[in-house]
Amino acid sequence: MTTFQAAQLVAAREIRTKLRDKAFLFGTVFFLVIMAASFLLPSMLNSGATKVAVTDSSTVSVLQAEGLEVRTVADTATAEQLVRDGDVDAAVLPGPEVIAKDDAPDEVVEALSTEPPVRLLEPSDVAPVLKVLVPIAFAMLFFFTSFSFGMQIAQSVVEEKQTRIVEILVASVPVRALLAGKVFALSVLAFAQVALLALVAVVGMSATDAAPGLVSAVLPAVGWFVPFFVLGFVMLAALWAGVGALASRQEELASTTVPVQMLVLIPFFLAISVPHDGMLMRILSYVPFSAPIAMPIRLFDGGVAAWEPVVSLILLAATAVALLVVGARVYTGSLLRTQVRTSLMAALKKA
Amino acid sequence: MPTVNGMNPDLSVDAVDRSFGDRQVLKDVSFTVASGRLTGFVGANGAGKTTTMRIILGVLAADSGTVSWRGEPLGREIRQRFGYMPEERGLYPKMSVLDQIVYLGRLHGLDAATARRRTMALLERLELAERANDHVQKLSLGNQQRAQIAAALVHDPELLVLDEPFSGLDPLAVDNVVTVLRERAAAGAAVLFSSHQLDVVERLCDDLVIIADGTIRAAGDRSGLRDQYALPRYRIEVGGDAGWLRDQPGVTLIDLDGRHATFDLEPGFEDQPILRAALDRGPVHAFGPVRPSLAEIFREVIQ
Repeated sequence: MTTFQAAQLVAAREIRTKLRDKAFLFGTVFFLVIMAASFLLPSMLNSGATKVAVTDSSTVSVLQAEGLEVRTVADTATAEQLVRDGDVDAAVLPGPEVIAKDDAPDEVVEALSTEPPVRLLEPSDVAPVLKVLVPIAFAMLFFFTSFSFGMQIAQSVVEEKQTRIVEILVASVPVRALLAGKVFALSVLAFAQVALLALVAVVGMSATDAAPGLVSAVLPAVGWFVPFFVLGFVMLAALWAGVGALASRQEELASTTVPVQMLVLIPFFLAISVPHDGMLMRILSYVPFSAPIAMPIRLFDGGVAAWEPVVSLILLAATAVALLVVGARVYTGSLLRTQVRTSLMAALKKA
Repeated sequence: MPTVNGMNPDLSVDAVDRSFGDRQVLKDVSFTVASGRLTGFVGANGAGKTTTMRIILGVLAADSGTVSWRGEPLGREIRQRFGYMPEERGLYPKMSVLDQIVYLGRLHGLDAATARRRTMALLERLELAERANDHVQKLSLGNQQRAQIAAALVHDPELLVLDEPFSGLDPLAVDNVVTVLRERAAAGAAVLFSSHQLDVVERLCDDLVIIADGTIRAAGDRSGLRDQYALPRYRIEVGGDAGWLRDQPGVTLIDLDGRHATFDLEPGFEDQPILRAALDRGPVHAFGPVRPSLAEIFREVIQ
C-alpha cells in the first residue's frame, strides 16, 4: 500500500467520523440557520408598504407614486384617530403637515419634498454600508473557519495520542500519511461548510431584496478570495496538527495551540482595524498570515494592480509549503510522546 | 548471537542499540523469533522490552543494529504484515468495534470486503460478535482488550508482537487469548509477547528471551534453557529421616524436612552413589534432579 492510499483511508475515516459527530453537524446547521435567518427575517418582519391617510386628495398621486398605500379620509380628526389606532403609519394634513405616532415617517416626508439632484463623480456600485460589511464578512469567514477547523485538527490529533491508538497507526502507516489524510479531510470539510454557507447566502440575497446588487458586486472579489482562503487554510492546517501533537491530553491543547492561535488572531484584528487604503494594509496584504484577509479586502475596495494578488498568492503558497514541512516535523517529533506535554523545541529537534 | 534451538529464525534482531538522551536503554540486543512458535520476552519493568518491540515495529528507530525478517531488512512493506498490540492499549472510543477493526485491517492493506469478513470471523472467535456495532467506550475493560487483540490479528499477520497481552485480563480471558495465540502459532505465525507474569510465560511459551538493563541475558527454547541453567541440585524422598545426607561427601543440604530433602552436589561428585547410599538405608520414594523454574532462571540471569 502506498502512502497516498494510506492517506486516503485516513481521510475517509476522518470525514466519516465528522459527519456522524453530533457537535459538528449541529454547528454546521446552526451557522446555516443563522445565515438563512439574516436574509429571511428582515423581509418577514417588514410589514409591507407604509400606510398613510390623507385629507387632501391632491397629494394622493404623489404618495402613490412612491409606493405608499394611501387612504383618503374626511377630516383631520379622523386622520389623527387612524394614526393613534395604528391603522395607518402616518397622515398628511392640510398645510401640508405630516403626523405620526412616535417615529418620524421619513418615507412620507421624502415623498413630499423636493430634493436637489445629486451627481456622483465616482459612483460606487455598492452601497456604503456594504463597503464596510463585506470586508468584515470575508475576514470573519476566514478567521472562524481557520480557527474552528484548526482546533478540530488539533483535537483529532490529540485524541489519537490520548487514546494511544496512535502507536498502532504509526506501526501500520507512515506518519506523513496520517498527517496528510487528516489535514486533507478537515480542509475538505471546512471548504464544504463554507461553500454551503456561501450558497445559502447567494440564494438568500437573490431570493430576497435584503441586499440588492450585492451578489454581482461581491463576485469578482470572491474569485480572488477563494484561492487565498484555500491556501491560507492549508498553510495553517499542518501547524495546527503539529501543535495538537505537542499535547498529551485535550486539556493541554489550550496552551500548546497558543502560537498558532496568535498567528490567526493577530493578523485578523490588524487587517480589520487598519485603514483600508494605508501603507500598513498594503504590507498586510503581502504578509502570508494576513494576506488571506487583507488582499481580498483591498481587491473588494478596488484600485489594486493586477500583479499584486498574484505576487501575494505566490508568497502565500511558498509559506504554506514551508509550514507544511515544519508542521509535519513537529507532528512527527511529538506524536509518540504520549506521557507528557512535548516542548516545541524538543519536537523540532527530534529527527 | 543466541539461536533458537536450530530453528530457522524468521525475525532477527541483531546488535541493536538505542539511547534516549544520555540513557542507553538497549545495548547490543540480539535475538531471534521463529515462525510457528510462541516466544516469551521477559524482563523487569524498564528492562527494554517495549523499546525493543517498538523498534521491531518501526515505531522507533534503532541507533544502530538491524532487524530483519527472513533475511530481508525490515521496511514498510514487510511491516504491513506484522500485527502489534502496544502496551498502552488504545482504540477510538467513539467508533464502533466493527468499524475500527475494519479500518485497521484496511490500513494493513486489506480490501474493504476482506477486512469486513475477517473482522466478523475474528469477533465471533473472540466472543465479541454481538457487541460489533457498539462504541468501544461502552464495552467492559475485558471486552475492550478482546477488541484490541482483534485489531492486532485482523490482517492475519505473519509476525505478532504483543506487549503485555495478559495484563489486566481475568483468568478466563487469559485462557481465551492463550488459545487464540496458540492457534495463530499453529497456523504458522511467529508470536513474540512480553510479560512479567512468569507463570503465564512458563505455561505458554516455546522459546524465551530474557532481557535486563537493556541487554539480552538468555535466549533459547524453554527446556533447553532449563537444562542449561540446571544446577547440580537433586531432590530425594526416603522412607525414614533424610538427615544422614548432611554427612555425605560433596553434599550441601539446601532444604531438609523429615523424609524430604533438597541438596546440591559439589563438582566431581556423582548422583548415583547418593542414591545407592539411600537405598542401603531403606526405601526411596523419589529421587531426581531439580530443574529450575523460569522464575529461578530469571533471578539468576538478571544478576
